[in-house]
Amino acid sequence: MINRIDLKFKELKKKNKKAFIAFIMAGDPSLAITKQLVFEMVDSGVDIIELGVPFSDPIADGPAIQKASGRGLKSKATLAGVLNMVKNIRIQTQTPIVFLIYYNLVFHYGLEKFVKDATQSGVDGVVIPDLPPEESKELRKIAKKNRFSVIPLLAPTSPVDRIKKVSSAASGFIYYVSLTGTTGARKKLPKELGENLRNIKKITRMPVCVGFGISTPAQVKEVQKHADGAIVGSAIIKIVENNAGKKDLVKKVGRFIKILKGA
Amino acid sequence: MLPDKFGKFGVFGGKFVPETLMMALEELEKEYRIAQKDAKFKEELNSLLEVYAGRPTPLYLAKNISKKSGRKIYLKREDLLHTGAHKINNTLGQALLAVRMGKKRIIAETGAGQHGLATATSAALFGLSCDVYMGEEDIGRQALNVFKMRLLGARVIPVSTGSKTLKDATSEAIRDWVTNVRTTYYIIGSAIGPHPYPMIVRDFQSVIGKETKKQFMKYEKRLPDYMVACVGGGSNAMGFFHPFFKTGVKLIGVEAAGLGLNTEKHGASLCKGSVGILHGTKSYLLQDKFGQVKIAHSISAGLDYPGTGPEHSYYKETGRAEYAAITDKEALEGFKMLTELEGIIPALESSHAIYYAIKKLAPKVSKDKIIAVCLSGRGDKDIDIIKSSRLKGI
Repeated sequence: MINRIDLKFKELKKKNKKAFIAFIMAGDPSLAITKQLVFEMVDSGVDIIELGVPFSDPIADGPAIQKASGRGLKSKATLAGVLNMVKNIRIQTQTPIVFLIYYNLVFHYGLEKFVKDATQSGVDGVVIPDLPPEESKELRKIAKKNRFSVIPLLAPTSPVDRIKKVSSAASGFIYYVSLTGTTGARKKLPKELGENLRNIKKITRMPVCVGFGISTPAQVKEVQKHADGAIVGSAIIKIVENNAGKKDLVKKVGRFIKILKGA
Repeated sequence: MLPDKFGKFGVFGGKFVPETLMMALEELEKEYRIAQKDAKFKEELNSLLEVYAGRPTPLYLAKNISKKSGRKIYLKREDLLHTGAHKINNTLGQALLAVRMGKKRIIAETGAGQHGLATATSAALFGLSCDVYMGEEDIGRQALNVFKMRLLGARVIPVSTGSKTLKDATSEAIRDWVTNVRTTYYIIGSAIGPHPYPMIVRDFQSVIGKETKKQFMKYEKRLPDYMVACVGGGSNAMGFFHPFFKTGVKLIGVEAAGLGLNTEKHGASLCKGSVGILHGTKSYLLQDKFGQVKIAHSISAGLDYPGTGPEHSYYKETGRAEYAAITDKEALEGFKMLTELEGIIPALESSHAIYYAIKKLAPKVSKDKIIAVCLSGRGDKDIDIIKSSRLKGI
């Protein structure tokens, strides 16, 4: 069976389109609403869904996602709970789903068990912000056997030899961090973004998607010009935060995503 | 020689950090290796340690507690150093590295404020700008150190997330570093964090153990039988222990048992935790059954951390050191004993080691055994805590 992520990028390429990836935190404000949000995002044309698994110490995240993580923990969204939710979602949609999860949760759950349970639940891959390729060998070995993607990150501070090392360890796609910093909306993306992406594309044929700081339709468009996809997180999280408890929360997120996509 | 080239101490250690920092860690390691071989660097650091920080520190045979416990107990007097604790050994070394690397800005995390204070001091000395991340709870209980850091020109940035103590101060410092990695040097204060930090901090703190060894040969013509030090992240203990790694001396690290090891309120990751990943390193950790990091507790802010250095985890796993824990109440008693019997006011962190040596270790070893305790810091910073605990009748 081919991985849904690979399939998605093939399909997009055929249509000459770029990916739009949306991030939400599982359990923010509750797993029931997360499930509704996933369906809404699929209907709004999201190509890949990135689901955050709440963690106590998210060192790569800015205030918006830190708080979302805190709300997820408060609603008791555990890894097992999130896996179960994905299993339910999978009955109705084939949109690729990847986890954004800190390594301690994966390590604690057990690498074998994590990959097995994730694959069986219909999770297609994982982004682990605190797991560079140097430390991910064992996970990648297990993942490969299960056609599960371990999506590595590259940053503006990654020199050529690291770009080579990271892309040779990649499956699914490469998550390029647009800026030196934590997650969160920024007014402007770095000037050198286009050039950095061109340098990466010279080295690897793996799809490269860009996240961190992207919050407006113009930024999505700009990023999609240079990369294979744009990832939006904190800006969506803000909509969830500001509308928690309101009836039209899910619709509002859908509307925002359509605006971001320029639809 | 540990760590290996991957920064591992057995299965512990490593580099579990965002990609943005990987290059900076490689650069730091490269620069450190060059500095290590640079006679001028060593000379400059040694001279600063001597004439600025006050090394060598005395090894003091604590007469009265020795008499009381019937065993010879020596104290390695790191409390007599400039800024009041062992932390300055490391911050001077790392500030010199920062200068070599051309960084103009320094950041640090701090719990009790001793590392923040030592960092602010080193930054003042080298003319570097300095931001210190400190949990709101610690800012409250260590007001004196906060004031001192500000006097020295550092900005103390309160951290109000999560535990509001050292754990979240460390997370915030890492986030700052991720953002300003090109211009900023992050001085980690304990033997924790991603490689090469645990190695660098250990090496700079090893001056404690090296001196202790020499002093024992001079005074006793032999090494001690037991060495005792408190362990939070574990920098004073690792600096004290490491030069004795290949000897037969028994090494004992003392963690914070807080309100008791059977409660949820302690900081004893080696005694009661399990292996996990926090702040860039694989080590023993206090975590719940889902792998969420727990909030530690200790009366001493410096031991109030749910993780510990990876090399301590290695020492535990291989049996090279033993780890025990002392409660808040016992630490206060240790504080009182040393103050009243020796006229030395110890830091609450060090008081854990003091109590263990006098009350737990001395009574169970034969009379000819010699015990060395690392008195890692002085207690001035803790006077308010002592006052309020007296009022509460603890």
